[in-house]
Amino acid sequence: MIMTCVIGAMLALAVIFGGVTGNIGEVSQAALDGAKQAVTLLLNIGGTICLWNGLLEIMNRSGLSGHISKLLQPIIRLLFGSYAKDEECLRYISQNMSANLLGLGSAATPAGLKAAKRLQQLSRERGERPHGVFLLIVINTASLQLLPTTVAAVRASMGSARPFDILPAVWLASAVSVAAGITAVGIFRAVSKK
Amino acid sequence: MTDYIIPFLMLLIIVYGGVRGVDVFDAMCRGIKDGMGVCAGIFPAMLIMLTAVSMLRASGGSELISYALTPVARLLGIPGECIPLALLRPFSGSGALSIGSEIIKSAGADSYPGRVAAVMLGASETSFYTIAVYSAYLGLKNTAYTLPAALSADFAAFVMSGVAVRLLMQ
Repeated sequence: MIMTCVIGAMLALAVIFGGVTGNIGEVSQAALDGAKQAVTLLLNIGGTICLWNGLLEIMNRSGLSGHISKLLQPIIRLLFGSYAKDEECLRYISQNMSANLLGLGSAATPAGLKAAKRLQQLSRERGERPHGVFLLIVINTASLQLLPTTVAAVRASMGSARPFDILPAVWLASAVSVAAGITAVGIFRAVSKK
Repeated sequence: MTDYIIPFLMLLIIVYGGVRGVDVFDAMCRGIKDGMGVCAGIFPAMLIMLTAVSMLRASGGSELISYALTPVARLLGIPGECIPLALLRPFSGSGALSIGSEIIKSAGADSYPGRVAAVMLGASETSFYTIAVYSAYLGLKNTAYTLPAALSADFAAFVMSGVAVRLLMQ
C-alpha cells in the first residue's frame, strides 16, 4: 500500500513538473527508458547474484555455514541471556544470524521465524513480555551482511574502479547500526519496566 | 586489501567443499538456479521503480526534491541525492536498489554520493517488511517498541554511511 502511494506520488510529480517546465516530451521518452534500464540493471547484477547463491550452496553442503553458526553462539548467549540456554532456541538464532551474515536472506527468514516462535513460547511459559522476540526482529531489520555482493555488482556495472572498496565502510556503518538497534531495544525495555 | 577478499573466499569455499566431499559443480548449479528465482523476484518492483525514477528525473522534479531536501541532508552529513534512498529503504528493498543504482549511475560509482548510496544499501535492511513478516507469522498484535528500535538502527546506518565514507574512503 505504501509503495502504491510512493509510485503514485512520483508519477504525479513527474507529470506536473514535466507539464510546467515543458519537459513532458522527455518524461514520455523516460517512461520507455526506465523499463529498459530495469532490464539492463538486472542483466548487470543477475550474474553476481546467481554466482554468489551457487557459492553459498557449497557452503551449506560442506558444513562451513554450520561452523559459522557455532562461532556466533557466545555472542547470542550474551544478547539473549537465559533464553539462549534453550538448545533449540540457540540453534535457530545462530542459523538465522549466520545466514544473514552470508547474505542468504532466503535461508535466514525460515530459521529466524522458528527462533522467534521458540522465543515466544519460552516467554509465555515464563509469563514474561516477549523481549527476546522483539530483539530478534530488530536484529533482523538491521543488516549483518558481510559481503554486499549485489551492491558491488551495481557499482561494477556503473564503472567503479574497485567495486568492493566499500567493504570497510559498509562494515563500520552496519556495526554501528546493529549496535544502535540493540541499544534502542535495551533502552525501551528498561523504560517499559519488566 | 579489499581486492583479495573475494578471490580468496571463493577459493576457500570451493576447496573446503571439495575436501569435505561435496559435489562442488552440482552444488553450484543448484544454487545458481535458485539465484535465478531471486532475480525474478526482485525484477517487477525494480522495473516499476526505475520507470518512475526515470520519469521524475526527466521532468526536472527530482532536482527540485534534492534541492528542497538539502538542508536535511546537510544536518545528517549525507549528500542530498541520498535522502530519497534513505526514505524508501525501510519499505522496499528492490525499490531502494533501483534508486541507489540511479544515484550511483548519475553521480558516478566512485564519487562521494555514489559511494554513500552504495554503503547505505549495504548497511541497512527493509525494516517494515521484516517486522510485517515476523509479526504475521507469530500472530503478534502488539510489536511494542520494535518499529522505533528498528528505525533507530536504520537512522544510525544512514548517518554512519556518510561518516564511514569520509573516514575510510576519501
